[in-house]
Amino acid sequence: MIKIDIKKELFGSQKDMLLNINLEIKQGEFLALSGVSGSGKTTLLRVLAGFEDAQGGISVDDEIWLDAKTTLAPQKRAIGFVFQDYALFNNMSVLQNLLFVKKDKTLASHLLSITELSELKDRHPNTLSGGQKQRVALCRAMMGQPKLLLMDEPLSALDSKMRTKLQSEILVLHKEFKTTVIMVSHDPSEIYRLASRVVVLEQGIIINEGKPKDILLKTSGSQKFSFSGELLDIKKVDVIFIAIVAIGQQLVEVVITQDEAKNLNIGDRVELSTKAFTPMIHCTKPAK
Amino acid sequence: MLEALSTLELTPFVLSFKLAGLTTIILFILCLPFAWWLSQTSSKSKPIFEAITALPLVLPPSVLGFYILVILSHNSPVGAFFDEYFGIKLVFNFSGLVIASCFYSLPFMVQPLQSGFASINKNMLEASYIAGKSKTQTVFRVALPNMKPAVMTAIIVSFAHTVGEFGVVLMLGGSIPGETKVASVAIYEMVEIMDYTNAHIYSAIMLLISFSVLLSVYIFNQKTKAIGQFR
Repeated sequence: MIKIDIKKELFGSQKDMLLNINLEIKQGEFLALSGVSGSGKTTLLRVLAGFEDAQGGISVDDEIWLDAKTTLAPQKRAIGFVFQDYALFNNMSVLQNLLFVKKDKTLASHLLSITELSELKDRHPNTLSGGQKQRVALCRAMMGQPKLLLMDEPLSALDSKMRTKLQSEILVLHKEFKTTVIMVSHDPSEIYRLASRVVVLEQGIIINEGKPKDILLKTSGSQKFSFSGELLDIKKVDVIFIAIVAIGQQLVEVVITQDEAKNLNIGDRVELSTKAFTPMIHCTKPAK
Repeated sequence: MLEALSTLELTPFVLSFKLAGLTTIILFILCLPFAWWLSQTSSKSKPIFEAITALPLVLPPSVLGFYILVILSHNSPVGAFFDEYFGIKLVFNFSGLVIASCFYSLPFMVQPLQSGFASINKNMLEASYIAGKSKTQTVFRVALPNMKPAVMTAIIVSFAHTVGEFGVVLMLGGSIPGETKVASVAIYEMVEIMDYTNAHIYSAIMLLISFSVLLSVYIFNQKTKAIGQFR
């Protein structure tokens, strides 16, 4: 059981805010931290790791990591940390990166075989692809058999195929080691696949938490489906108007009426939804 | 010319390189923790220390030499203390030169090391702390191996700069043969007595050595960079 009750003043780029988090995490839980950038997710991870100080308390099982009197050094907290930019030791081979944490060759080769890195164990990080680097980072973080694994947007720099592969490997590792995990992520599908609970931060406080299914699946009204996207262009073809909308990585063309064309501006955030056969398009957030 | 070469007195060169070698070793040991602290601290006093470190870059060597002379001479508390308790005189001998050179070459050791440390990915250092490694272990096993060009530059440039020292040496060491008469001072004296042949030989040797030292640094740095890119 991890108990977190911390307060920390943050001097952000836009305005100062108070990070105020009260959270309990069960042993073996996989928690996703979500929220817009600047909401305090990374700071929370850094406070948990002991890189930054805060007021309040953190206790893990019976061990006190932070209270009014003590601040346990990062070296003494049983944590693993996976950074977004991998942060591998470039002067060491893959295997040496793992053994640097703990001289346990059996564990190292076991982790490398789970992540299919055994053949690359003597390579240096500079010669690896992004996906391979992040797998090494993941193995390195697991080497200390941490009580708590912290991951700061670990997969955001990878392409979608590699992301899916790594998500499976994270799941395998989580099942095998039963480590408690806190992962910062913006990707709903990633959160849905991995996490058992999601916590949404805004302006330094928790605004929503629950099962990923309940938090992520928010459909309003009676639409059969709806996607939000960005309006890229409106073309007039003969008598009809065609709107080009970017939904995620995909561009779609939608036929719209002249009235709709008048009311929409290029750059608007739009929601594309359909009831039965007629797709509807309406503005959710004007560009200006 | 040949005759001059065969009777060439090498002691000033030996002295120059001995001085530079010792200075570099002492500076490296002393500056490593200092440069690390400068690179990691957000203390308000940091600019003060940075300014003091950079002073030898802008001060005339005579000013630097004068103050060191005043502080170390046996009339000052520091000089008197060393003379009385250890029987060591700190001016007009080799140990005085080493102390003066350490001040003179300070920025050339501190600045490359500091920027080297600053260039290391902070997350990499934090990953090492999480792995349970202390700051000292992190410096030696993670930071330094990942900033070889900076270490190389610091060492070589400090060495070369000390070899090229003149004003401070003259102020502090005088020109005692075999003790404080380094190559640069020897050349100065040769020109003074219009012994141009030997001045030429000495100067050419200095020029050649300095150039090859610098060339090797730049070749090393280019190679390390290339390895970093293509590995």
